[in-house]
Amino acid sequence: MDLQIALLLGQDGITNGAIYALLSLALVLVFAVTRVIFIPQGEFVAFGALTLASFQVGKTPGTLWLLIGAGLLVALIDMTIALRSGTARKIPRIVGWNLVYPAAAAAAVFLLKPSEFPLLAQIVLSLALVVPLGPMLYRLAFQPLAEASVLVLLIVSVAVHLALVGLGLLFFGAEGSRTPAFSNASFDWGVVTITGQTLWVVGASLLLIVVLAVFFERTIYGKALRATAMNRTGARLMGISTLMAGKLSFLLAALIGAFSGVLIAPITTVYYDTGFLIGLKGFVGAIVGGLASYPIAAAGALLVGLLESFSSFWASAFKEVIVFTLIIPVLVWRSLTTHHVEEDE
Amino acid sequence: MSPRLLLAGFIGLLLIAPLAVSEFHVTLLNYIGLYALVALGLVLLTGVGGLTSFGQAAFVGLGAYTTAYLSTAESLPGWLAPLGGSPWIGLVVGLVVTALVAFVLGLLTLRLSGHYLPLGTIAWGISLYFLFGNLEFLGGHTGMSGIPVLSLFGLELRDGRKFYYVIWAVVLGAVWLTQNLLDSREGRAIRALKGGVVMAEAMGVDTARSKVVIFLIAALFACISGWLYAHLQRFVNPTPFGLGIGIEYLFMAVVGGAAHVWGALIGAGVITILKQWLQDWLPALLGASGNFEVIVFGVMMIFVLQRARDGIWPILTRFMPQREAKRRVPDGEALPKKQLPESGQALLEVRNVVKRFGGLVANNNMSLTVRAGEVMALIGPNGAGKSTMFNCVSGVDSASEGEVLFRGTAVTGLNSRQIAKLGMSRTFQHVRLLPTMTVLENVAIGGHLRGSKGVLPALLHLDRAEEARLLAEAARQVERVGLKDSMFEPAGSLALGQQRTMEIARALCADPCLLLLDEPAAGLRYLEKQSLAELLRKLRGEGMGILLVEHDMDFVMGLADRVVVMEFGEKIAEGLPDEVQRNPAVLEAYLGGVD
Repeated sequence: MDLQIALLLGQDGITNGAIYALLSLALVLVFAVTRVIFIPQGEFVAFGALTLASFQVGKTPGTLWLLIGAGLLVALIDMTIALRSGTARKIPRIVGWNLVYPAAAAAAVFLLKPSEFPLLAQIVLSLALVVPLGPMLYRLAFQPLAEASVLVLLIVSVAVHLALVGLGLLFFGAEGSRTPAFSNASFDWGVVTITGQTLWVVGASLLLIVVLAVFFERTIYGKALRATAMNRTGARLMGISTLMAGKLSFLLAALIGAFSGVLIAPITTVYYDTGFLIGLKGFVGAIVGGLASYPIAAAGALLVGLLESFSSFWASAFKEVIVFTLIIPVLVWRSLTTHHVEEDE
Repeated sequence: MSPRLLLAGFIGLLLIAPLAVSEFHVTLLNYIGLYALVALGLVLLTGVGGLTSFGQAAFVGLGAYTTAYLSTAESLPGWLAPLGGSPWIGLVVGLVVTALVAFVLGLLTLRLSGHYLPLGTIAWGISLYFLFGNLEFLGGHTGMSGIPVLSLFGLELRDGRKFYYVIWAVVLGAVWLTQNLLDSREGRAIRALKGGVVMAEAMGVDTARSKVVIFLIAALFACISGWLYAHLQRFVNPTPFGLGIGIEYLFMAVVGGAAHVWGALIGAGVITILKQWLQDWLPALLGASGNFEVIVFGVMMIFVLQRARDGIWPILTRFMPQREAKRRVPDGEALPKKQLPESGQALLEVRNVVKRFGGLVANNNMSLTVRAGEVMALIGPNGAGKSTMFNCVSGVDSASEGEVLFRGTAVTGLNSRQIAKLGMSRTFQHVRLLPTMTVLENVAIGGHLRGSKGVLPALLHLDRAEEARLLAEAARQVERVGLKDSMFEPAGSLALGQQRTMEIARALCADPCLLLLDEPAAGLRYLEKQSLAELLRKLRGEGMGILLVEHDMDFVMGLADRVVVMEFGEKIAEGLPDEVQRNPAVLEAYLGGVD
C-alpha cells in the first residue's frame, strides 16, 4: 500500500464513517429517549435512497403505499381510542396527520411529475414520504409497549426490521439502485483526488450534526427530549409528554436515516436490504459511545468506516467478519465499564 | 384425561404420522423437528435463563459444516485424515467444535449485561455467517454437496420417512433432558438467573457458570440440529445459517412460549407451517417472488408481544387438564449438618469498615462483633447505613476500607458466594425471591451448597436421591418457620411478611452458623412476630450467631443480647439493650434533642 491508496481508502472510510456517524447519533437518541434499540434504522436508509431512485426513473415509490397504509391504521386505532375515551376533539388532528397528509403526498406524487423535478425537490419529496413513517411506526409497534423491558423492545425492534425488509422487497424489488451524484466536481489536492460527493456527504453530515446540537441545546423540544432521556418519570412530572418525546425521537431518527440514504445512494448501489448492514455499522459506533454519548458514538462510527475501508483492501472477503467481530471486544469493554446494574429485569 | 395420557397420545401420533401423511408433510415434520431442537435450546437460554440470543443459527451452521467438511472433503489435511468419512465422527467433532466456539463466545459475550448481550449475538451471528460463505475449503457461497447418507444399525436413512424417526427421537430426548435439568438443583440455579442473580449468588450459586452451562446446552442442541440437517439435506450452503434464520429461531421460542419446554415445539410448528403456507401463497398474491413471509412474521411477532407476551403454550394449557400439583411433602434422609462453633466464640468481627459511594460515606469507621449463640441487633434511624453494613459483611458489596473477619478468616474482598460457603447466610431488606417458583423450590435454593450433583447427573435424572434429600431439608425449614400450608404456593402469592419469613427459611436451608436478618419482622402480625422471636431464640440456643437489623423496638429489645446503634453511618452506642435504651445519644437520634 502506498500513500495514494491509503489516502483513497481514508477518503472512502471517512465518507462511509460520516454516514455511520449520523446513524449512530439517531440510534443513541432513540435509545436514550425510548429505550428502543432501533434495529430498523437501516430500513429508513434504504427507503430514503430507493424512494429517491424511484422518482428519478419515474416510478411510484412503494413507500407511498406504506405511508397511506400506516396512516390509515394509526387513524383507525387513535380515532377508536379518542371516541371511546370521549376526547373527540383530538380527531381533526388525527385525521390531518394520518389521512390528509398521506393523501396530499399521494396527490403530489401522481399529479405533479416528480421525475422532472430538480434533484433537490425530489429529495424533499422523498423525505416527505419516508420520514413520517418514523412516528407512525412508533405509534403502531412501540407505544403500546412503552413500559416493557429493553429486551422485549429489542425483540419488537427486530420484528419491525424484518417486516420492513420484507416490505422493501415488495416495493422496490430485488434489484439495487444508484442515484446520480449531487456533484460531479472533483478536486485535486496533492496526490489525492477528492470527489464532490465526498464533500457533500461529509459536509451534510457535519451540518446535520450541528443542527441537531443546536436543536438539543437551544430549543424547548430538544430540551424536552434530553430531559426524557435523563429521567422519564421526572420529565413526565414536569409536564413533558413521553409520548410526544417518543414520536419526536422516531421522527428525527427517520429523518436522519432517510437523509443518510439519500447521501449514500450515489456512492453505493442500494438494495432493499442494504440498510441493515449500514445501520448495524452505525450501531457499532453507538455502542462504542455506550448508547449514551453523542461525540464518542460519532467518533466510533468514523473508526468503523475507516476500519471497513482498510480491511476491504487487505482482506476484502472478510470485511464484514472483521467489522462485526470488532463489536465483541467493544461490547465487553462497554459492559465492564458501565456501572453495573444489579438486576436485569 | 391426565397430562401423561396427553403426552402418550402425542407420541403415538408422532409414531404413526409418517405412515399416514404424504412425503411433503413428512418433510415438513422433519423440519419442524429440526427447528424445535434449536428453539428448545432458546427456551432454556432465553425463556428460562433470560439471555436473549439471535445467533443460534450460527451454531446450527457449525454442526452442519463440520460434518459436511469431514465427510466430503477429498483430501483432508494429514492431521484430520483419521476423522474423515464417518457422519458419527462428524457429529462428535461438531459437538466438540461447537462447545469450544460457544465456550469462547460465551466467556466473551455472557459478561455483557442487559441489552449488550443480544447485540453481541447479532454481531457473532453475522461474523460466522460471512465466515462460512468466504472460506474456500467450506465451498464458499455455493456450499458443499455429496454429504453421505446417515446409516443406523446398518439401515440407510435415505428417505425422509426413516429420517423422521431419528429426528423426533432426538427432539423428544432433548425435551426429556431439558425438563430433567430444570427440575433439579442446577435447574433452580438456572431459573434464578432471570431476576434473582444477587439472591442466588448470596446462596452460593455460581451464576456465571450457570449462564455458560445453558449457553453451551443451547449451542449443542443447535449443533445436533445442524448435523441432522446436513445428512438429511445432504447439501449445505451458508443461507440457512444467517442472522435472519437466527431471528426466526428466537421468534419460534417467543411465539410458542419461551418459558415452556413444549412452547419450543409449538412455536417451531406454527412458524414452519405458516412459513410454508405463506411462501406458496404470498408471492402469488403479491405477484412477485421473494421472502415476503417475513412481513407477516414481523407483524405477528409485534402482535404477540403486545397482546400475549407469554406465547401460545400458556394459552393452550388453559384448555388442558391441569397436572395435579405435586403436593406431597418430600421425604428424604437428612443432610449432614455443619458443626456449629462453640457458644461465645467470636464469629464475625467488623473492624473500622468505611464504605463510600462516590462522595457519600455510608459507613464510617464501623466496628462490631457477633459471637456464636447470641443475637446482635443493629438499629438506627432510616438511612443510618445498616443495610450497607449488611451488604459489606455478606459480600454483596465490598468495603472501601477496613476489615471483616468471619470465623477468623478475612473475608474483605470475597464475593457473596465465597462468603456463603464459609457458613454465613442472609435475608434481604427488599425481598428477593422468584415469584413463579413454589415456596419449597425457593427455599431449596438456600440448600444449593449442600448438594454436589452437577449438570450431567441432573440431565439424566441420576440426582434423584440427593434431590429428595435437598427438598426434604427445604420442607423441614419451611415447616420450621411456619409456612407449611403455603409450601406449594408460588412464592409471589405470599403476603410480604410471609415472604420475609420464607427468606429466613431459605437462609436456614444453607445450614449457616451466622444468620444475617435484614428487618425480618417488618410486615408481620403480632402473633407471627412472637413465633419468629421464638424461632430465633431456639436458633440462638443451638449456638447460631444472629445479626439482626430491625425497626420494631419491642421485638429487638426483647430478643437481642447486645445492641449496636448507628446514625449517619457511624456507631453512636453499643451495649446491652437496657443500657442502650437509656443512652442520651440514642434518645437524641431517635426522638430528637431537647433544646
